[in-house]
Amino acid sequence: MSTHPHLHRDDPKDYLHCEYGIRSWLFTTDHKRIAILYLVSITLMFFVGGAFATLVRLELITPQSDLLQPETYNRMFTMHGIVMVWFFLIPSIPAVLGNFLIPMMVGARDLAFPRINLLSWWLFTASGVFVLITIFIGGVDTGWTFYTPFSTFYSNSYAVAAALAIFINGFSTILTGLNFIVTVHTMRAPGMTWLRLPLFVWSNYATAVIMVLATPVLAITLLLVGIERVFRVGIFDPALGGDPILFQHLFWFYSHPAVYIMILPGMGVVSELVTAFSRKRIFGYHFVAFASMAIALFGFLVWGHHLFVSGQSLYAGLVFSLLSYLVAVPSAIKVFNWTATLYKGSVLLATPMLYALAFIGLFTMGGLTGLFVAALGVDVHVHDTYFVVAHFHYIMVGGMVTAYMGGLHFWWPKISGRMYPEGWAKIAAGLIFFGFNLTFFPQFVLGYLGMPRRYATYPPEFQVWNVLSTAGASILAVGYVVPLFYLFWSMRYGKIAPRNPWRASGLEWEEADSPPIKHNFEEVPTVTKEAYHYHEGVRLG
Amino acid sequence: MAGAALAVPFWPPPAAQSATAVDHLFIFLLAICGTVAAGIFITILYFAARYRRRADDEIGSLRPSPLWVELTWTAIPAAIFLFIFGWGARVYFSIYSPQVGALQIYVVGKQWMWEVQHPNGQREINQLHLPVNRQVQLVLTSQDVIHSFFVPAFRVKRDAVPGMYTTVQFHPTKAGEYHLFCAEYCGTEHSRMIGTVTVMEPRDYERWLAGTPRGEPLAATGERLFTKYGCVNCHGNIAPALDGVYMKGIGLADGRVVTADDQYLRESILDPGAKIVGGFPNIMPSFRGVVNEVELQALIEYLKSLGAPAAGYAGEERRPRRPVTRP
Ligand code: HEC
Ligand SMILES: [Cu+2]
Ligand SMILES: [Cu+2]
Repeated sequence: MSTHPHLHRDDPKDYLHCEYGIRSWLFTTDHKRIAILYLVSITLMFFVGGAFATLVRLELITPQSDLLQPETYNRMFTMHGIVMVWFFLIPSIPAVLGNFLIPMMVGARDLAFPRINLLSWWLFTASGVFVLITIFIGGVDTGWTFYTPFSTFYSNSYAVAAALAIFINGFSTILTGLNFIVTVHTMRAPGMTWLRLPLFVWSNYATAVIMVLATPVLAITLLLVGIERVFRVGIFDPALGGDPILFQHLFWFYSHPAVYIMILPGMGVVSELVTAFSRKRIFGYHFVAFASMAIALFGFLVWGHHLFVSGQSLYAGLVFSLLSYLVAVPSAIKVFNWTATLYKGSVLLATPMLYALAFIGLFTMGGLTGLFVAALGVDVHVHDTYFVVAHFHYIMVGGMVTAYMGGLHFWWPKISGRMYPEGWAKIAAGLIFFGFNLTFFPQFVLGYLGMPRRYATYPPEFQVWNVLSTAGASILAVGYVVPLFYLFWSMRYGKIAPRNPWRASGLEWEEADSPPIKHNFEEVPTVTKEAYHYHEGVRLG
Repeated sequence: MAGAALAVPFWPPPAAQSATAVDHLFIFLLAICGTVAAGIFITILYFAARYRRRADDEIGSLRPSPLWVELTWTAIPAAIFLFIFGWGARVYFSIYSPQVGALQIYVVGKQWMWEVQHPNGQREINQLHLPVNRQVQLVLTSQDVIHSFFVPAFRVKRDAVPGMYTTVQFHPTKAGEYHLFCAEYCGTEHSRMIGTVTVMEPRDYERWLAGTPRGEPLAATGERLFTKYGCVNCHGNIAPALDGVYMKGIGLADGRVVTADDQYLRESILDPGAKIVGGFPNIMPSFRGVVNEVELQALIEYLKSLGAPAAGYAGEERRPRRPVTRP
């Protein structure tokens, strides 16, 4: 059986069919199966978070509160934020695509610690169950940011339960990050030098560094919130001698880097897609790779830009604003390099490429509006308004979710052994792009007009923009549901995928079957070429 | 209100100097970012069409990525970013750094209303009346959780944080009624913690001042409290006299010298042990939990009234230099 090029889905050796039964999935240590477990879990969470978003948008059709009382509304946007940030976005690309691909891309048979990888998923599941229980018993109304002293003394909701869920979730993130770092350092195949690594690996490596360094701070912060709330020890509440601004420093010391956990992996996906569908070496490999590391590093130094109006010293604001512009430079570099990669390429607008180009456009919008909010004077006006809401949704949904969808389609043949239906996929991609912009572009206008975020009711003159936004959200929702159906459908009825359907470079395409065998490769490959070696020809079978 | 309900609003009304300053920077950003975005979008679309794949086995051409190209598109954005940074910082400092001679108004946020105290006794809830063309400084704090005082027409907001004073200034330029929002999420009725800022022509403002039932001036309330809480028993004999204390340099027991601003006075009353005046024993009891935020502001206003008189303006009573009534 050793090097059969046309191994396909029915071959008993592929990772999907080498073992059967629920135990072979729930207790697997195969990174590819764990990726599938994550795929199932986060898809569920995505639709839970999406349901909350739907209720929020429905309530905002009218200025008064009619569908939901403010008390319920506040729980809805809080749960939307918590579920989407920690239970979808943070694990999305790293835990699904990263888990599946990183070992294959570096030429390894698995991650460095397969059982810890399984533990990550179990911790994630435990935290997911916790968060679902929290929702079930009544939810939490602190906002995903848990600002004190509201979260420690004034909220009558299940703040401690939610914090506990996120606390457990953090360990899953830390262990995944650790696994990636060790794998990239120690498990590269012979000849796979650092500068031959695909950019997807670079960006997930940078992400993993943030995961390991930042997440413990979140855990500590939530622990302190719990201690203050339960034992009434003064840490953040001024009535007990605490400092509420301290909480914001700690929270954003984690959460700003976490923003990069929620975008860097997307950038990695897009680097893969743009090269594969231009059949061309990336423009400026070193710049794109080191830009990821620069973002990870500088990302730790800008947290104070969330505190420009909070009472933080004006001079601290000055420093944080300057550093925020510094971190924008590597992001700009990436956008220019992707665009330049198209130049004289052989561009095919298949669905993954549509997502990749949409990513570049939407991320550019998100990044450029980041320049607005980083400008101290402008932030005084737009801080905590819908301008900020639109800005970060352009990054996190327009950027990260778009990249995730692109990556899922691109590697779907590798993951499932089947092709997705191209026509349906293009329709869904179109709906998502149009729906997304209709949802979030009006929010920029609303924000500059002064509509604050987290408002259950609003002055009537803001209604038109809110109605447009809700209309967009309904299109967006359809756009996200359609792929759920056709991807399921394709697992049974899709065209059987060849080993390298896109004629792409990379060990996962050139050296592994679709779907891969349990240990990825028959023999550990020896790498002799750079990443994106289209000019030297790629292996098809 | 700003804009009739039916008209689709695109731009908030500019009603203060800060609004113009923020708008100018914002429009500059729109222009430059719009150009960059359009440039990128058009380039992508052009490349995607121009270099579309024509044969199944076609590959892209091998192009070098010259260093000078990378350095150019690193350096140019960095330079533009620095420029934006500088401009943004200028606007920021003009909004937040205190200016002398401003009309000082105290604002306390509490779940879920804004309580406003004017220096000569008018009190308002969820309303703020201001004269046009006069520099105003708000001294903000909160009685419970964090709120944020936001007037879109002025393009200005500032968090009201429990346990500390924050300030914000503006200079209204146009009479009218404008939204006041709470911008920091503060619990169930957050979106109803809203009100109206009314900017008035000087004559209307005077009429308003005269016609609004007012309690005693804030400083007089403070003076009453100063007696009620027994401050008078110590201050002036075993404790430092407080005449002219506001904005004075205070030599502390540990050798530091600090300025007695609002925040310092507040801390001296709530947490006297934190900064001890040189040469005095640490015997002052803490008034945390004894005086509330509103009383605290009155006390501080009283302490201020013991100092040099503030520059008066039409319609405002001259504040007493010395306590007016000693029982
Ligand atoms: C038991 C006596 C006592 C009482 C009652 C008292 N104080 Fe004091 N106060 C002191 C002493 C002694 C100091 C100087 C030592 C220190 O800084 O703690 C002081 C310092 C201060 C200062 C700082 C003065 C400076 O020059 O920097 C302020 C302001 C102040 N007190 C206000 C008040 C107010 C307002 C009250 C009433 C609510 C009050 N005090 C009640 C004894 C007292
Ligand atoms: Cu940030
Ligand atoms: Cu509020």
